[in-house]
Amino acid sequence: MSRPVGGLDEAALVIDTLGRRCPIPVIELAKQIGAVEVGAVIAVLADDEAARVDIPAWCQMREQRYLGEAESLAGGRAYLVRRLA
Amino acid sequence: MGYLDAASAEPLHPAARGALLSALDEGWADPARRYGAGRRNRLRLDAARSAVAGVLGARADELSFTASGTTAVQLGLLGAAAARHRVGSHLVVSAVEHSSVLQAAAAHGGEVTVVPVDRLGRVDPDEFAAALRPDTALACLQSANHEVGTDQPVETVAAACRAADVPLLVDAAQSAGRVPIPAGWSVLIASAHKWGGPPGVGVLVVRKGTRWRSVLPPDEREHGRVPGFENVPAIAAAAAALVARDEVAAAEAARHWALVERIRARVPTLVPDVEVVGDPAHRLPHLVTFSCLYLDGETLVTELDSAGFAVNSGSSCTSSTLQPSHVLAAMGVLTHGNVRVSLPLGVTEAEIDRFLDVLPAVVAKLRTQAGVSDL
Repeated sequence: MSRPVGGLDEAALVIDTLGRRCPIPVIELAKQIGAVEVGAVIAVLADDEAARVDIPAWCQMREQRYLGEAESLAGGRAYLVRRLA
Repeated sequence: MGYLDAASAEPLHPAARGALLSALDEGWADPARRYGAGRRNRLRLDAARSAVAGVLGARADELSFTASGTTAVQLGLLGAAAARHRVGSHLVVSAVEHSSVLQAAAAHGGEVTVVPVDRLGRVDPDEFAAALRPDTALACLQSANHEVGTDQPVETVAAACRAADVPLLVDAAQSAGRVPIPAGWSVLIASAHKWGGPPGVGVLVVRKGTRWRSVLPPDEREHGRVPGFENVPAIAAAAAALVARDEVAAAEAARHWALVERIRARVPTLVPDVEVVGDPAHRLPHLVTFSCLYLDGETLVTELDSAGFAVNSGSSCTSSTLQPSHVLAAMGVLTHGNVRVSLPLGVTEAEIDRFLDVLPAVVAKLRTQAGVSDL
């Protein structure tokens, strides 16, 4: 379910939640983060405004590292998370 | 039924009901008229004005009644800013003001500096002071936040505003009638339905010496600040509620504080993956907000309603606005799964315990339905 994105070369997994509302982006991130190695980066594509707050907040609660936003050529924004645990 | 949304509307105080019913029969005449019925209604209106001013720490001739808290914000903000147009049009607001303040600030048309808040929802007074400029017409800071309960450093900010010769508008809608109003305001806003008065009564206080100019066509009512025939019965009821409430305010605030403390302490132990937000120590006595990971706040509100509890949510996952709560976003805390509990006068310990009994199963059920129980 990945689409082409820019600036995401580092991402081991791209989760596409474009068009889906909160809290789906965070739920999909939580469901899929276990699929990458510890230390790897996940990109969540989302166009729901709440994701901009909720993904960093989730990372803080779950002790994962929020790396910031990247441009998404597919629309919305790409939120980058490094799996720490 | 457990009503736990006093921050939206407090049930009508019995004293307000009595005052309202008698004033509906006797308080219909135009208080601007000079015949007996008019003069008597003027006395009723002025008595209400003196009573409300007394509780809020204002002078009667500084206080005008409006048709709502929102109208009071609009008239207060735009009028205070308009009176200083020669100074400039720049405004300073906190990021977590009530939407009516943010909207009115935007409507003024000048540049608006939005002062951020920390993770607890509080502005840094130094940062607020640094935002004041020579062309700042007005600064706005709430007494305490309406979504998360965090107190703002109003008196420190007021001192900085005074030093910079900038008037300060304080929106005290969420604290008036519950806790003392912080000192130092130039313009003060309150709303009667949040202290047990009827809806449709707002309060606009403009401190003596603070410049203010109507942005509406001239009208002599309410010291020339609010146009139109006053709703005297509702105003009399609002004053009766505030006076009655004020007599028990300190004791009720202490009781509410302890009940909120119980909610703050127990929710994280009863429900997994919950974040209780706002300042635990410097806060309103009656209000607490927590967010349940992976849930939609509006679904939680609906399910808690079915279980007999009325609460509010700052989450709007399914609402038409699609914008998360600007307060929670400014704090950088979860915006989904949000539940705001706010206690009305006389709420019982048993109701809070029943809420705490019901909540874990409601959250568990919704998480199971959403397929997120194991995340």
